[in-house]
Amino acid sequence: MYAFDYARPASLAEAIEAMKDEDAKALAGGQTLIPTLKQRLASPTTLVDLNGIAEIKGICLKDGMVAIGAGTRHAEVADSADVQRLIPALAHLAAHIGDPQVRNRGTLGGSLANNDPSACYPAAVLGLGATVHTSAGRAIAADDYFQGMFETALGEGELITSVDFPVPEKAAYMKFVQPASRFALTGVFVAKFLGAVRVAVTGASESGVFRWPEAEKALSANFSAGALDGVALGADGMIGDLHGTPEYRAHLAGVMARRAVTAAG
Amino acid sequence: MPKDHGIGASSKRREDVRFLTGKGQYTDDINRPGQAFCYFLRSNVAHGTITSLDVSAARDAKGVVGVFTSKDLEGLGGIPCGWEVTDKDGAPMKEPKHPILAEGKVRHVGDPIVAIIADSLAAGRDAAELVELEIDELPAVVDMREAIKGGTVLHDVAPDNICYDWEFVAENKAAVDEAIRNAHHVTTLELVNNRLVPNAMEPRAAVGEYDAGRDEYTLWTTSQNPHVIRLLMGAFVLSIPEHKLRVVAPDVGGGFGSKIYHYAEEAFITWVSKRVGRPVKWNADRSEAFMSDAHGRDHVTKVELAMDQEGNFLALRSSTLANMGAYLSTFAPCIPTWLHGTLLAGNYKTPLIFTNVKAVFTNTVPVDAYRGAGRPEATYQLERTIDKAAREMGIDPVELRRRNFVKPDQYPYQTPVAVIYDTGNYDATLDKALELADVRGFAERKADSAARGKLRGLGIANYIEACGIAPSSLVGALGARAGLYEAATVRVNPTGNVSVFTGSHSHGQGHETTFAQVVADMLGCEEANVDIVHGDTSRIPFGMGTYGSRSLAVGGSAIVKSVEKIITKAKKIAAHLLEASEADITFANGQFTVAGTDKAIDWGSVALTAYVPHKYPIDDVEPGLEETSFYDPANFTYPAGTYVCEVEVDPDTGVVEVQSFVAADDFGNVVNPMIVEGQVHGGLAQGIGQAILEGCSYDENGQLLSASYMDYAMPRAADLPMFVVDHSCNTPCTHNPLGVKGCGEAGAIGSPPAIVNAVIDALSAHGVTHIDMPLTPRRVWEAIRAARN
Repeated sequence: MYAFDYARPASLAEAIEAMKDEDAKALAGGQTLIPTLKQRLASPTTLVDLNGIAEIKGICLKDGMVAIGAGTRHAEVADSADVQRLIPALAHLAAHIGDPQVRNRGTLGGSLANNDPSACYPAAVLGLGATVHTSAGRAIAADDYFQGMFETALGEGELITSVDFPVPEKAAYMKFVQPASRFALTGVFVAKFLGAVRVAVTGASESGVFRWPEAEKALSANFSAGALDGVALGADGMIGDLHGTPEYRAHLAGVMARRAVTAAG
Repeated sequence: MPKDHGIGASSKRREDVRFLTGKGQYTDDINRPGQAFCYFLRSNVAHGTITSLDVSAARDAKGVVGVFTSKDLEGLGGIPCGWEVTDKDGAPMKEPKHPILAEGKVRHVGDPIVAIIADSLAAGRDAAELVELEIDELPAVVDMREAIKGGTVLHDVAPDNICYDWEFVAENKAAVDEAIRNAHHVTTLELVNNRLVPNAMEPRAAVGEYDAGRDEYTLWTTSQNPHVIRLLMGAFVLSIPEHKLRVVAPDVGGGFGSKIYHYAEEAFITWVSKRVGRPVKWNADRSEAFMSDAHGRDHVTKVELAMDQEGNFLALRSSTLANMGAYLSTFAPCIPTWLHGTLLAGNYKTPLIFTNVKAVFTNTVPVDAYRGAGRPEATYQLERTIDKAAREMGIDPVELRRRNFVKPDQYPYQTPVAVIYDTGNYDATLDKALELADVRGFAERKADSAARGKLRGLGIANYIEACGIAPSSLVGALGARAGLYEAATVRVNPTGNVSVFTGSHSHGQGHETTFAQVVADMLGCEEANVDIVHGDTSRIPFGMGTYGSRSLAVGGSAIVKSVEKIITKAKKIAAHLLEASEADITFANGQFTVAGTDKAIDWGSVALTAYVPHKYPIDDVEPGLEETSFYDPANFTYPAGTYVCEVEVDPDTGVVEVQSFVAADDFGNVVNPMIVEGQVHGGLAQGIGQAILEGCSYDENGQLLSASYMDYAMPRAADLPMFVVDHSCNTPCTHNPLGVKGCGEAGAIGSPPAIVNAVIDALSAHGVTHIDMPLTPRRVWEAIRAARN
């Protein structure tokens, strides 16, 4: 770890001010940033710790949607009675990220800002068509937010404040874990809304989380696992590494999608 | 009634109190006044020539005490190798120098180049970034099949990268070839025994301190054998005589073989503590461990098994490429040879066996013994090949094994590969394992799995291992540069309690409990009155340490010998005190009695008399009650057993789930059943890890792809079933006083073939005949897909 200055703003306004230093880094749950710092792979001038900002924490219901503060930890989402009642698939997803230590530190905002291609949350945000609210006062649709591996629509110093999740009729997330890291080797979030189905795939693509239009179309017509017979994802652009070839990941997306549809009921 | 005390009791592990309450003293817990820290700058390329190295800016950096390169180490030796294997043509193996810090060339990712001593680790790391290092990268060779073609050469002394080309048993070669030519059927299998990273929970660490007043060095280090380190480092590397060098291996958090060896870092830390005049600490981080701890396994093997019409084994021919990595680790040469070739008879009476092993240098971390060491590789190739043979011959795999077993009336059994099995009963463990696994109910469980879309398979493997390493004269003839006895001093203190000083080293095995049980049983005292001291060369006699499941069989036997001497002497003292003839004294339950009388004296009185010899047979017996013994075993011990497991394969994803696992082991006599069961559990976890999860992987440039837990999959509790472990079929070892065989490695030896056999059984309907370990979801899915196409 290199030396850095440490700031712990008590309000979003102070945080926005602190983030004006272009070499500042925001610290949310620290589940990616802290290991990166320890390995000397990042050298921010200032670490802006967001953990003291009450206004970006917590879960509430807003206009029929579930609004989750960016600073809310995975364990809080998993344990929330509102989330469990309205979007059980989201509670389930949060309950299966990493291990208890990760879930009690990691935050929704941190995960989305980092946009790791193997993270779980991006699948839920994209699969549910959520809206990402930011410190710049922007409301960014999920379809516009994710812009590639570790790339997002966030501007310089812009912080996520909360995410609004629409409530689907039914939804499920199925994750095939990478055997070592237990990140998603391929995870699929399926959500059925009135008149439309959204399918988001994480872990598989070199471009990060993505929607699978052919699967959405098939499931919109007939929301059953069998509707996906003959719907196959191409291997082009999928990640190939020690744990899976592009073909394997593409195949897993199909298997996980079918299982998610079945689990959604 | 199970015993609650002494030999045979499941006494609770006394050492766990300190381990579980944070009171353990590991090397990193040791901090010396004025201590500085060491950071090693390591190569980030697999092969290259150092064209420029300027450390002047690092030397001038804040907090830096000293910066060292190989130029500063002139006059010091390289890291020695402890075993010499002879080539088939009689020439000694190629033994290139293994420098402490790279000399002009780097040969694997992680090869240390510069050592920085600083006031803090952070200062050392900062200074490392100021080192100006240029490496002219050379092509790297990782694949052994490529390496032996030459071209890219690691060491000038080995132009084809072959360390040795070994044949065993050379005299059998022609007969084996002929038997294979003429056989009714020959089953052939090519397989890979995957490279593993040992991953002890505690990374390696060292603290060096030099006492200028006494001209004495102390090294605290994470070792399984501190006397071996003292000898190798003192005599061959640093030229420090033993009496000026103390090596302490305090509490050590797991070794699995990786902490047997003498490593460059600990030699450097010892040397530099004098050079900088301060104690120096180094503690590997996990990334360093991945690229500098000796790895395990890494064999590529072709096996041919010849059979007659009835499936009787006629001959076995095996050829192996064994990866040595970039340099020879301490015992690396003996693993694929004498700990591998000599086990190729397995549990079977195959009359003719021949193996050829080529040890190969590659641009990878050195490879050495890892839990099982050579024996897992032998067992895996045998048990996989037999399973394949059973399918090809249309014979039930259990029946084929049973038909070829060495039978109980054949002991001692001279194998065609030098070793002589003293005892065993392979039918008994096979029957027991089949019974406990409810093999009869398998068809029903398979149907149930099928109804859920899963493929169920049953796998069986037998194993035998040579443990209790080893008769010194034998291993000396085979190339060992050391004896392999063990030493123990038993000191009865004046008030009767007992301190035992053992050359064995416990790094998780529970010796402090088990050895105390043995001594307490012999002396008829409370276990709590016996203390076991290990790990400090200034306290313990010269012993060889712990590996090869040898601690109880060899180290325990040395303790028994010393206790026997103590009892003999104590009887003389008791006879004098009781005014009786020594021949009339019996000792039981801590009491000396005169046979046929009620005259008795207790243990404590005799012990006190030995140290307060007022009324004492001083003409016949010296005062004191302390004895030292060295026990050199007459033979190896041969633990054996049968493992049966069931797996379920998800054909859609390739995921393998181990549903059940039965281990029926013959460990001879068992001192502490609970600890033995724990040892089996740990071994099984590592074996299942090897079979389905763990695979060390390099890319073609020699970059370590599986360099952290993000990519190297360790077994977790959820990956393992509840184990069923049985030791009821024991045949006590015939040549050591405790009748024990050793239990530390069995689980890791027998489980990989059992798991793979089960997976292949599950997939056989799809036409899959073999998959190389680890059986990751990706590989299993690809094998199914390839077989379908």
